[in-house]
Amino acid sequence: MPALSSAPTSITTSNTKSGVTGSRSLAVSFDGVEKRFGALFALRGITLDIQPGDFVALLGPNGAGKTTLLRIAAHLSTPTRGRVKFTAASRSAGARESGDGIPGDSAKRMIGMVGHSPLLYDDLTAAENLKLFAQLYALDDPAAFTAKALEASGLAERANGIVRTFSRGMRQRLALARALLHGPSLLLLDEPGTGLDRQAAAWLSETLARLRSEGCTMIMSTHARSESLELATRAVLLSGGRIAEDTRDGDPGPLLARLRSEN
Amino acid sequence: MSTARAASIVLAKELRMELRTRELLSATLIFALIVVVMFSYAFDPTPSESRRYGPGLLWIAFLFAGSLMLHPSFAREQASETMDALRLAPISSFAILLGKMAANFVFLAVAEAILVPIFAVLYDVPLVGILWRLILVLALGTLGLVIAGTVFAAISAHSRMRELMLPLLLLPVLAPLLVAAVQATRSLMGDPPSLDRAWVAFLAAFDVIFMTASWLVCDFLLEE
Repeated sequence: MPALSSAPTSITTSNTKSGVTGSRSLAVSFDGVEKRFGALFALRGITLDIQPGDFVALLGPNGAGKTTLLRIAAHLSTPTRGRVKFTAASRSAGARESGDGIPGDSAKRMIGMVGHSPLLYDDLTAAENLKLFAQLYALDDPAAFTAKALEASGLAERANGIVRTFSRGMRQRLALARALLHGPSLLLLDEPGTGLDRQAAAWLSETLARLRSEGCTMIMSTHARSESLELATRAVLLSGGRIAEDTRDGDPGPLLARLRSEN
Repeated sequence: MSTARAASIVLAKELRMELRTRELLSATLIFALIVVVMFSYAFDPTPSESRRYGPGLLWIAFLFAGSLMLHPSFAREQASETMDALRLAPISSFAILLGKMAANFVFLAVAEAILVPIFAVLYDVPLVGILWRLILVLALGTLGLVIAGTVFAAISAHSRMRELMLPLLLLPVLAPLLVAAVQATRSLMGDPPSLDRAWVAFLAAFDVIFMTASWLVCDFLLEE
């Protein structure tokens, strides 16, 4: 299994076609969001206002609804009831745009997601995977974006390697490179640290710290012992599809410490 | 981005993956070849029997081979959850479906291009003089097969017994297409050969109706 040899330099949210580095951030509002699968309630009336630049840690036991909430935010799933509103905001001014928010298709251009699995084609090379998504996001020069992303994730030497042959850590780096390729303003992370070794987990934390400093809004579903939690500006605990606790106006530290001690 | 452009990117991806793995085409071709060869030896048909039964045999071979090939087109995406990655991109669901349909059409058309000459030799059916009209019938029939097949492959991909579900759902729906394709092909292989325009029109109508239906339900199809 290939090791995490070359450390990535930086992955940034340099923005889509223009190459302008993250001038906008995205706010997300969940308004009474409910999701049912048949008779099973995955989410029950979630109302959550996430500010531009927030790093929200989404916590809770298995089946609490964390992944469902992220999938709804990513437009991968439609809420049974309620709605999700995306609002672009200037990072410098911090003021939101007025109106009914950004329509779904436009919002998709501003969202990146790292799933529980890497969401990569195993039979394509690292470069082919990234180029495919660069084309789907209609980036100006897919080859250049691909080369830049591979360099930034430390995978330039394995650009022509088939993803099937990659280690978990390398796949996760590539998954993050794919998610950041189009310069998203909102990054959704579904337990991105699962199965990563210490070195890879440290790299992930470092990358997320960089993104946070750039003002990228992030929502990360994770467990209470994740290293990346130190970056969280807010913690939301889900239980049975409802918000059990939310540190909206305070330090998430005490809640995280309590959850760690309970685990 | 236009639907056509997005679909062409998905098509290119499908072709690239197939060229690398050769999973779909080889399985489809071998299966269809076995059916045609086995029937040829089992029944040893006379030229008149070939003209009468050959078209049905040919289309049944395409149908079963097609259902074998269509299943992995969505099952492969499910294995690594890459359908989510495609759906995250700012392209329409119809573009994804259209790209998959186009890829399946190419794979089945390649298999048919190899199989039809072998069929003509084994069953002593002359293709000279009817080739272009036969290509029209094959194209319309194959298009209908892959449009309906891709839609049902997307539906069955969410079910528990997906390998079994696809043929169970697909074959009854394709029965009218099969009848029309067989009749149109039989009229071409008759003596004298002629093209039954009514059946060709039926094939074209089937394609249009199913393409329209797939456009209407594509968002629902690709959601979990």
